Amino acid sequence: MKFSESWLRQFVNPDLSSEALAELLTMAGLEVEERGPVAPPFNNVVVGHVLSVAKHPDADRLNVCEVDAGEATPRQIVCGASNVAVGLKVPCALPGAVLPGDFKIKEAKVRGVPSAGMLCAAVELGMAKESDGLMILAADSKPGTSLRELLGLDDICIELKLTPNRPDCLGLLGLAREVSALTNTPVKAPAINAVQPTHQQTLPVSIEAADLCGRFTGRIIKGVNAKAKTPAWMTQALERCGLRSISALVDISNYVMLELNRPNHVFDLNSVQQGLTVRWAKPEEALTLLGGNEITLDPRYGVIADANGAISLAGIMGGERSACTDTTTDVFVEAAYWLPSAIQGRSRWLTLNTDAGHRFERGVDFADTVTGVERITQLILDICGGEAGPVVDQVTALPERQPVTARFDRIRKVLGIAPTDAEIRAIFERLGFQPQVADGGVVIVPPSWRHDLEIEEDLIEEIARVIGYDHIPAKSPVGPMAMQAQTETQRPLHALRNTLVERGYQEAINLAFTPETWEQDFAGNANPVELANPIASHLSVMRSTLIGGLINTLAHNQRRRQPRLQIFETGRVFERDSARTVGQVDGYRQTLRLGGLSWGSVVPEQWGAKTRPADFFDVKADVEALNTANNLTFEAAAHPAFHPGRSAKVLREGQAVGWLGELHPRWVQKYDLESAPVLFELNIDVLTPATVPVYAPVSAFPLVLRDLAVVVDAAVPVQQLIDRLWQEAPDVLRDIQLFDQYQGKGVPEGAKSLAFRFSLQDTEATLEDQRVDAVMAQLLERLTTAGATLRS
Amino acid sequence: MSSLNPEALLSELSEALATVKDGDALEVTKARYLGKSGVVTEALKGLVNLPVEERKEAGGKINRIKAQMETAISARRDALKEEQLAARLAEEALDVTLPGRGVARGGLHPVTRSLQRIEALFASMGFSVAEGPEIETDYFNFTALNTPDDHPARSMHDTFYLKDAQGNVQPDVLLRTHTSPIQARYMQNHVKAHGGKEGMPEIRIIAPGRVYRVDSDATHSPMFHQVEGLWVGEHVTFAGLKGVMIDFLHQFFETDDLKVRFRPSFFPFTEPSAEIDVAFGEGPLKGRWLEVAGCGMVHPNVLSEAGIDPERYVGFAFGMGPDRLTMLRYGINDLRLFFEGDIRFLNQFAA
Repeated sequence: MKFSESWLRQFVNPDLSSEALAELLTMAGLEVEERGPVAPPFNNVVVGHVLSVAKHPDADRLNVCEVDAGEATPRQIVCGASNVAVGLKVPCALPGAVLPGDFKIKEAKVRGVPSAGMLCAAVELGMAKESDGLMILAADSKPGTSLRELLGLDDICIELKLTPNRPDCLGLLGLAREVSALTNTPVKAPAINAVQPTHQQTLPVSIEAADLCGRFTGRIIKGVNAKAKTPAWMTQALERCGLRSISALVDISNYVMLELNRPNHVFDLNSVQQGLTVRWAKPEEALTLLGGNEITLDPRYGVIADANGAISLAGIMGGERSACTDTTTDVFVEAAYWLPSAIQGRSRWLTLNTDAGHRFERGVDFADTVTGVERITQLILDICGGEAGPVVDQVTALPERQPVTARFDRIRKVLGIAPTDAEIRAIFERLGFQPQVADGGVVIVPPSWRHDLEIEEDLIEEIARVIGYDHIPAKSPVGPMAMQAQTETQRPLHALRNTLVERGYQEAINLAFTPETWEQDFAGNANPVELANPIASHLSVMRSTLIGGLINTLAHNQRRRQPRLQIFETGRVFERDSARTVGQVDGYRQTLRLGGLSWGSVVPEQWGAKTRPADFFDVKADVEALNTANNLTFEAAAHPAFHPGRSAKVLREGQAVGWLGELHPRWVQKYDLESAPVLFELNIDVLTPATVPVYAPVSAFPLVLRDLAVVVDAAVPVQQLIDRLWQEAPDVLRDIQLFDQYQGKGVPEGAKSLAFRFSLQDTEATLEDQRVDAVMAQLLERLTTAGATLRS
Repeated sequence: MSSLNPEALLSELSEALATVKDGDALEVTKARYLGKSGVVTEALKGLVNLPVEERKEAGGKINRIKAQMETAISARRDALKEEQLAARLAEEALDVTLPGRGVARGGLHPVTRSLQRIEALFASMGFSVAEGPEIETDYFNFTALNTPDDHPARSMHDTFYLKDAQGNVQPDVLLRTHTSPIQARYMQNHVKAHGGKEGMPEIRIIAPGRVYRVDSDATHSPMFHQVEGLWVGEHVTFAGLKGVMIDFLHQFFETDDLKVRFRPSFFPFTEPSAEIDVAFGEGPLKGRWLEVAGCGMVHPNVLSEAGIDPERYVGFAFGMGPDRLTMLRYGINDLRLFFEGDIRFLNQFAA
């Protein structure tokens, strides 16, 4: 809503500076989005009447003019504008004037001819971005009048960003009511008197859809002069609200819409065939809108129709066929109450953004249609002349206003402040709510212009707003105190993040939308969760894996010549799922995952460490570090994203946690990567349970270390041997470490040598050699049964 | 005995010791004087040739010389050890200015950094963290939050909807547009556990998470973060809401040189509603009002829908954008940087 401050002040003029008024509006919930002067500062510019124009003796393009600037004698002014002519009224900057851009006007000689001032173009006064020649003022302007005064230039344009609950402020009268309530200053509304009909002709109007139109008020005015000129004050008011002047009848219609927040329409009566019908559109009904836009309607849209079909799109825009033109002589003025539910969404469906639609879909005053018609009539008769007929006001179904009770104590309780009963009542009175005192509170029937007062809380908000949110003190909240749980049996997600950060990983956040190809390539997912309305085709599905985003981040950074990258991400992934889970949305599984990627040198290149690319086992150690219980196992398994021989399923006590692997060389090539990164992706839910440590006595007896080297088929996973060793292990076995793996000279082809170190310890006694030997023999036997032989 | 001139002998030894450079040479020198056939030993042996009455005095004199010599030799031995140690230490010296060896430093995403601080600040006031699904139903995202059926936010213009496995648009399944559905879900569960009438424990939660809207430009990302907060209790007031939010903003930005204002606004799920603006007392944004959060008293329809008696319990709720708070906190001027994964941006926030 854009308007000029001077217009508002005609309705209500509180003793507030312009800045304070703007602040008041913002702090009342009518946010001032833009505010600025209608013209930049300049002074000493008056109306000049050009009395004579003569060619400059020494310059072809200059004229020497005599100008009456309201002084005793005319001034001689040299002028270069091509449109200068005798009789024109133009802005005349007098010597001493300072124009925008700090342009000082002095008496001077122009090509030898004295010039005492300057005749101005709009651009020179900062009132237009470009202009062609002198600015022409109204012929009846009095010479010598200050231009600022004449054009009301000491005015300020204000643009409000209104919330959808306050359509009543889409007009000056509504704004004035609001300012009046906030400042306790009376509203001076223009006097709107009923115009007595001078003929009895009426237009029959039949309202066929009460769910479309709640009220329809109209009047015929005959014999208007459609060519009449819009008065300057009206043009100016419209321009300052952001509307162009079009013709007197259209301007009057717009003016009343802005003034009273009363959208309306003026039909050319002679283009209307027989009477009007208000109804829902017929299927495929065609309508040509004002401006020639042809639309096809269906019964979701309301129309005003005549015998030949729709002539206006109800509540949104008039039609071309019944539009007023220069030749219009008789008009039908209409002001209706269209139900918001009948208008909502329609503008958007048709991509029509009109002032009327904007207002009707939010709700206008349903009680002021007659006032609106009278006001329009008054202005038409004043400006265009004509003969008004009687007003016909048909009411079908107006919104019912239920009384709302506001209890004084409840207001005080919710707001946490203590206005008195009388103060609360006074605020409601200032708002025009006419509160009726009831037991412990007031009962209010919401006024016809407000559509946001249905429950007590709505009235509480009014009290808070008028008191001012800033005048409600900030208080320490009050509530019972209780300690929060700090569980040790769950590792918080933040702890997992911190572990990775300490190990050199940087966190990234990628979009949850991905291209379908990533889903196919990195998850083998042919049926991803698909958006109905993606913003772009490469963001059309929801990710079921974090891998795509991590790879994309790697590619992004490689293109920026980063030598290495260690990143991780936590986020949800989305899959279709037929299982129903409480607290989830049927049909979808939304798992929280932790994914990481390591590429390039294991540590940043430096003097003290040999450069070596991070490999599977570096990243495996990172994955292991995420699990404090140290009970992860890894199984060779194929994954669509990974190198088939370098890919592991990660398990925690048999439960799948996720995956670890080196990127498949196919994707390295396809995604244009320099070399293969190693990635992991883990389900956070499976990773976070933690066990509370249980103390075990520390043995006082010495630890015995023994080594065994065995040779085994190269294909046998080490884990298999370790599992076998731990199976029914002797109770003195504390730890097994693989400290060497070797293939090559001295070991048969296709086999590998593994060297284990065993820690043995008894809690009861020192281990005797005999016992140690027996245990070692038992362990060797285990290895042997698993296919290993003692390395000689 | 006349040949044993003590002063001459001692000065001779000290000269010899001065030229000694290592332990072996020291032992050779020592032997020359104090060894089996050393000068002093020989002199002691010669005592037997003296008359008995002179032996005592001569013996005492020789022993004194011997003791002096031993002291001198021992001092030289210690000095030599010190020299050797000093030489070794000098040899072992490092260039301590060389960089330390080891892993690189990682870091949290700046938004995570903010979220951790936000969670900690609210935890200190008794708020626990709640979560909810990102694929949400229109019921929890809109209906349960008092959003009218024809509200523009529900349109495909603003909200992402999903297709089912057959490719049909599901009008009731969407990507949540705010974290507010978590409040609705939490309240319902709370009521299931405790009932919504007298004796219900308070609700005090914050709900951080990712949300989605059909919007993409320099200041909008189709995915972004929100933190929802909710306090439902018997003594909740608008003045208390102001207290909590002002306290939070001062703590988050670690300054009291920050103005906070509450401006009436409109949301379907709160009434009264407010926008919160802040203005910094210094820095590049000094004096400008910046919108950081929306808040208000929970609409009674929202409480009733969850089964909570709105007459007995009052609630306040707030929603803020941690992305924006992070930008203001660290002076970041482009939202898109958060989601591009550029390591040169991210590692500015190393732990």
